[in-house]
Amino acid sequence: MAKRIELKKLNIHYGDFLAVKDVDMMIEPRSVTAFIGPSGCGKSTVLRSLNRMLEVTPGARVDGEVLLDNVNLYDKAVDPVRVRRQVGMVFQQPNPFPTMSIRENVLAGIQLNNKRMAHSEKEEVLERSLRSANLWNEVKDRLDRPGSSLSGGQQQRLCIARATAVQPEVLLMDEPCSALDPISTLAIEDLIQELKEDYTVVIVTHNMQQAARVSEKTGFFTINGTGMPGHLVEFDNTETIFSNPKEKQTEDYITGRFG
Amino acid sequence: MSNSTSQQLRQHEPAPTDLERLFSDSLTAARLPRFTSLGLLVLSFAVAALFDVITGHNGLARLAVIGVLLYLIVHFIVARAVEGGRPATDGLARDLVTLAFIVALIPLISLIFETLKQGLVRFDADYFTKSMWGVINTGGGAAHAIQGTLIVTALSTIISVPIGLFTAIYLVEYGHGRLSRAITLLVDVMTGIPSIVAGLFAYSLFVLIVGVAQARMGFTGAVSLCVLMIPYVVRSAEEMLSLVPNSLREASYALGVTKWLTIVRIVIPTALSGIVSGVVIAIARVIGETAPLLITAGFVNWKNPNPFSGEMTTLPVFVYNQVMVPGVPQQPFYDRAWTGALVLILIVMVLNLLGRFISARFSPKTKK
Repeated sequence: MAKRIELKKLNIHYGDFLAVKDVDMMIEPRSVTAFIGPSGCGKSTVLRSLNRMLEVTPGARVDGEVLLDNVNLYDKAVDPVRVRRQVGMVFQQPNPFPTMSIRENVLAGIQLNNKRMAHSEKEEVLERSLRSANLWNEVKDRLDRPGSSLSGGQQQRLCIARATAVQPEVLLMDEPCSALDPISTLAIEDLIQELKEDYTVVIVTHNMQQAARVSEKTGFFTINGTGMPGHLVEFDNTETIFSNPKEKQTEDYITGRFG
Repeated sequence: MSNSTSQQLRQHEPAPTDLERLFSDSLTAARLPRFTSLGLLVLSFAVAALFDVITGHNGLARLAVIGVLLYLIVHFIVARAVEGGRPATDGLARDLVTLAFIVALIPLISLIFETLKQGLVRFDADYFTKSMWGVINTGGGAAHAIQGTLIVTALSTIISVPIGLFTAIYLVEYGHGRLSRAITLLVDVMTGIPSIVAGLFAYSLFVLIVGVAQARMGFTGAVSLCVLMIPYVVRSAEEMLSLVPNSLREASYALGVTKWLTIVRIVIPTALSGIVSGVVIAIARVIGETAPLLITAGFVNWKNPNPFSGEMTTLPVFVYNQVMVPGVPQQPFYDRAWTGALVLILIVMVLNLLGRFISARFSPKTKK
């Protein structure tokens, strides 16, 4: 598991509007890569281009290449549904399926794809996923309760369990902690550290301390003005970005002097 | 604090000093004691009744109108004197809204009461087992009409629900352009089609297909009801589907689930309770249709279980017929008509309960 992602000359349009311009980047397997930057700079857009979730938005278009272990995701022969089976995603707001129990939520990826699986195997996947999301001990006695009966932080960990149950290669996280309290955030951050043993993790965050705590590499995106495209300013080891950035813009942003 | 309240205070006290004015933003104010409204209401009606006795007129409607008007005026004046202008206006609005609610309720309750009273006369076993075959005045039943209504409505539901649901799915999940806007407009126009037009349409359609001699049958009636029912189903299902949060669709896509499976397994189950109640409302809307069925399904006195051959009576047409062309004596015909109305209401009620049961069974599991 875990694959390398390479972005080459990535340009993303929403209709006629160029949202993200010329992003080049190499995301290493079994590591955590963080995207930081001000609102509207296109970091979520870039993230969503990594599993072809972007095209769910009407009018969105991608130029350039996203290579997942040297296969271009935007090649004509590529099926977006297959891409998303390998590249899982966790969203900003916890979004467990409201009609399903905790058990059904975790197994949703398997059941919705009509995969046949023995009962014992399902139970195994259920426990493994919930354990890997550090949720097993909290919910093991109430697996048949609705997923929405959990607290916000638990729901988010349930969503992570749901994403890992299908054993993707890459896990994308779009501000996974921004709707959570500090304790739940800590739980998720610990979890990210464990997840990188098996997955390539890419996380978008507004919280710079979080980026500094969890990631090996950090990409700083910014935007030079309204209507201008977002772009990648600097991409380097997290330590370098936070202690000794090459670009003035990066330094201004991480020290809080950004406009 | 409103001016009138300040004025109110001034009538009872000497002009406030600057210091007092500083504290006049007090949070407490004079309030009418509890049950004042109730007392005033009783008083108003007592006065209205007295007025009736003095003038020698009477009548329930007259009493109600005078009593209510008197109450509205007196309550407003009393409230204004004690509480001030702003709370009094607030109270007046509350009174008027309550009044509107009661006025809206009166016909409904009176309708149910009257239908029960008149309909229970013939609410017996014969009514549900016998047709009107060979019946000249008393006796007989509406078994043939009940059967006809169930067959025609079931057929039109079977045809309309898939078409309506799929149209709604197209509009919400697939269509984004001129075509979907055109469909939305057409559906809106279809919602307003007078039912007699739908009847004429279905009838002439089947005259073209099977000829005049065979065109009048249960299935033609079902088709005319479809024309009326589909827009309702589309409208309600479209609304319910678009209420499903996009984040659920995205969560499903992110698991590598195809669009169609996402719709079938995530979107529709989440919206199911709303879709079901929309369907039940649509059925209730068409089950009482009379005009198009007079043209399309016709009227016979015997049971006809085959919707594809021969005329078929439905309950509303049966009721219409009993009232409009009664025999002598008329009363048994009227009794049968009332019972028919009662049965119709009961069918709609059972459908509603069934819909609620299905909704509760499948609706999103919420925190308990």
